[in-house]
Amino acid sequence: MTLPNPNPSTAGTVAPDEIDEIEIGNSIENAIELKEVEGLSQGRIVLRRFLRHRGAMTAAFVLIAVVLLVTTSIGWGPIPGWWRWSPTEFDDVVNPGGSPTLSFEGGLTIGPHPFGQDNLGRDVFARVMRGTQQSLIVMVIVGLVATSIGIVMGAVSGFLRGRIDNVLMRFTDMIITIPVIMIGAILGRLVATQGATAVMLGLALSLVTWTSMARLVRAEFLSLREREFVDAARVAGASNSRIMFKHMLPNAVGVIIVNTTLLMASAILLETALSYLGFGIRAPNVSLGTLIAEYQTAFATRPWLFWWPGLFIVLIALCVNFIGDGLRDAFDPRQRRIPSKRSMDRAAERAARRQAAAASATATTEASGA
Amino acid sequence: MATSVTGQDVATQPSVEDAQERHAAPRGRLRTSAPMLAFLGRRLLSSAIVLLGATFIVYMVLALALDPLEDLRLSTNPNKEAMIESRIRQLDLDTPAPIRWAKWLGGIATCVIGRCDLGESVTGASVISLLGTAIPSTLQLVGAATFLAIGLGIVVGIASALRQYTGFDYGVTFMSFLLYSLPSFWVAVLLKLWGAIGFNDFLRNPVMSLPTIVGLSVIAGLLWQAVVGGPWRRRGITFLVSGVVTGVVLAAVSATRWLLDPRLGPIAIAILGVGAAFAVTALAAGLRNRRALYSSLTVVALGVALYYPLQSLFYYATAAMIIGLALAAIASGLLVGWLFGGPDRGQSMRAAAITAVIVGALTFVDRVMSVWKIYSESSRIAGRPIATIGAQTPGLSGSFWVETLDTFTHLVLPTTALILISFASYTRYSRASLLEVMNQDYIRTARAKGLPERVVTVRHAFRNALIPLATIVPLDIAYLFGGAIITERIFAWSGMGSLFLHSLASQDANPVMGYFIVVGTSLVLANIIVDFIYAALDPRIRVNA
Repeated sequence: MTLPNPNPSTAGTVAPDEIDEIEIGNSIENAIELKEVEGLSQGRIVLRRFLRHRGAMTAAFVLIAVVLLVTTSIGWGPIPGWWRWSPTEFDDVVNPGGSPTLSFEGGLTIGPHPFGQDNLGRDVFARVMRGTQQSLIVMVIVGLVATSIGIVMGAVSGFLRGRIDNVLMRFTDMIITIPVIMIGAILGRLVATQGATAVMLGLALSLVTWTSMARLVRAEFLSLREREFVDAARVAGASNSRIMFKHMLPNAVGVIIVNTTLLMASAILLETALSYLGFGIRAPNVSLGTLIAEYQTAFATRPWLFWWPGLFIVLIALCVNFIGDGLRDAFDPRQRRIPSKRSMDRAAERAARRQAAAASATATTEASGA
Repeated sequence: MATSVTGQDVATQPSVEDAQERHAAPRGRLRTSAPMLAFLGRRLLSSAIVLLGATFIVYMVLALALDPLEDLRLSTNPNKEAMIESRIRQLDLDTPAPIRWAKWLGGIATCVIGRCDLGESVTGASVISLLGTAIPSTLQLVGAATFLAIGLGIVVGIASALRQYTGFDYGVTFMSFLLYSLPSFWVAVLLKLWGAIGFNDFLRNPVMSLPTIVGLSVIAGLLWQAVVGGPWRRRGITFLVSGVVTGVVLAAVSATRWLLDPRLGPIAIAILGVGAAFAVTALAAGLRNRRALYSSLTVVALGVALYYPLQSLFYYATAAMIIGLALAAIASGLLVGWLFGGPDRGQSMRAAAITAVIVGALTFVDRVMSVWKIYSESSRIAGRPIATIGAQTPGLSGSFWVETLDTFTHLVLPTTALILISFASYTRYSRASLLEVMNQDYIRTARAKGLPERVVTVRHAFRNALIPLATIVPLDIAYLFGGAIITERIFAWSGMGSLFLHSLASQDANPVMGYFIVVGTSLVLANIIVDFIYAALDPRIRVNA
């Protein structure tokens, strides 16, 4: 009968005439889904599901906009910036107290210092952009490095099993036992003595955040290694590393991508928290966390100093979380869209027509046979 | 080894059980059998090794990261050399770090004979005594927040799952994502500098303007209609009723300046108690069960009747007495339920006991409220009751009730901050696990045999949905001991988190190790407990040694 949770890649084998009357509603849903994924590869299906996820797409656009703004406004490395001020430049205080020139009275006016100025006359917009750059660097590095460590650890222990698995997993357990914020603070302190840059901090945090990835990849590899294609590859003479990274890894990519996004969202929160506490990025370098720590005392007199960095942290973390959620839905084979009433009706009509056609066809064959 | 305990396993791997063990297994749940003890032994051993390794890693990283002589090197004191010398001797810095670690372990090993030695801090205080003062204060702060967050998170998650794909569900999902993405330090600073100060300013003249009241009533109405759901007619009625009730209550609060001198009084307790009795009975037994309803209502009547006698008793209140009264309330609830009898005494007893606790809590809150005016007008408080720093007002002396209220006003902000941050994950967990359970075949069976939806949801679905949660709660309780590093820092709470941060900032390795040994041990133990809870709650999972 119809599968309750059709796996899109195999569900194409469910013939329409196998539809059970009792599960008619269920099967119409399946039929709609089948029609949608007809002739598409797994990757295309996932991509399509993701593109349809409204929350995730909005989040992706916002995140891209933020990254573009951050990269181009004050310039980043070789990229020139179009913004007038640099994060360290002092200017005369424009508005009283340095309050933001951004206003909505009489249309949107941006003014010279849209996010305001601090007590020294520095442009808050430029500083927030600079801080966001640092936080993004840490986030991306943690995303790349921690994921790579986790994949290698998980893949090796899941594929080879036995003693190596035991040793690696006990080591993972050891790292898990240490609270992330604690070891992060210690490592941040260690890095800080050598003059912390965002890259160094990102690498240090990667050393403690790979554990959940390793566990997930290991679980995935434990089940994948029992599949036939692994045997096939081995019979064909592939080496262990080729089987692991060419044959099995692409099959675990869903879990990995989803977990990477969630890891990145937590990485930006971890980095800003450590910088806030003084164990991450330190002055003269700025991150969103140091900005908040620096400006919190001025909250009563200059609240804008405090609002903007926080808003950017929330914005980035929220976007990454939403993208992760969209990816999870897209990769989940059990996930189904609820078809609208209209498409349900239409599909029911189609099924009825087909049934009528089939009935008349049998009637004619019976008639011609008789 | 242990069966790996993740949510996935429940659904996909019911086959991890040992056939032989299943054969021999009696119906009892956790049996103390030889394989069980062997499993426990192996689990403890491997956990000990893991913990040992983790302490080694932390010790080495600390030795690398910290420079305990930094402050002395920078000092201008003439006998600097001698001080450096004495500190090197005090902290044994000439010994290489791995050997120091072994010595430190030896100090821990003395715990077995009853006197622990976790070393000394740079200032010479013993780590044990530092931990001794930090742990209770952390538990006070984080304990309340964690349990409130768990409770709230489960309730909201369940409600959201029962209203899947409605506006309410999407709203809750969005909120939980937002809370997930909030940096805790930002929330805490915001609550402290914006929320508390704003509220204290508001308390100076607690009058709400008409637009505020109308706005809040509309929001409350919208919220309630989204929670209740159903056809548009029902939603409209819910919206109107809840909006009007909110508006009237707010107007009354504003007009009587209730916030300056809040009291509940026996009448409000009676009204709220009757409401609670109906709600508890509806959830725990169903309103059809008249015996449960009457026993809950009897408990409410008892509570209200005892209101005045209790006030004179409260005059001599101590913490032990309050706990005793709470236990007495539960016992009387159980007794009343039992006396009502009937075919299913358990339901009446449960409903009555829960109602009794609620009524008791209301009476307690009422008594705490009664000292509000004295408290907020006292010279130490000066009309700004919501405290932003520390665990108590220095120099404030008063009765048990004033001190209780003082603790509450200090707890309210950090607790709110912690709840805001941690409650989102519980919402997601409970929502996901209830949805998973509601799609199971046994739920369809329960519905098909004609059980009312309440029984299906509460008895069949809810209980099973709690199983995955039962496996994360012990871990969170273990994290309790670690304290809330950031929240404690911002609200100047001197618990474990502050101990850690302070020691790390002052290059002091031993207290950090003490911190870690407490957190690490509780985490490792919680992991073992989780395995056992899982095996006990879910018959599909067996511990196979």
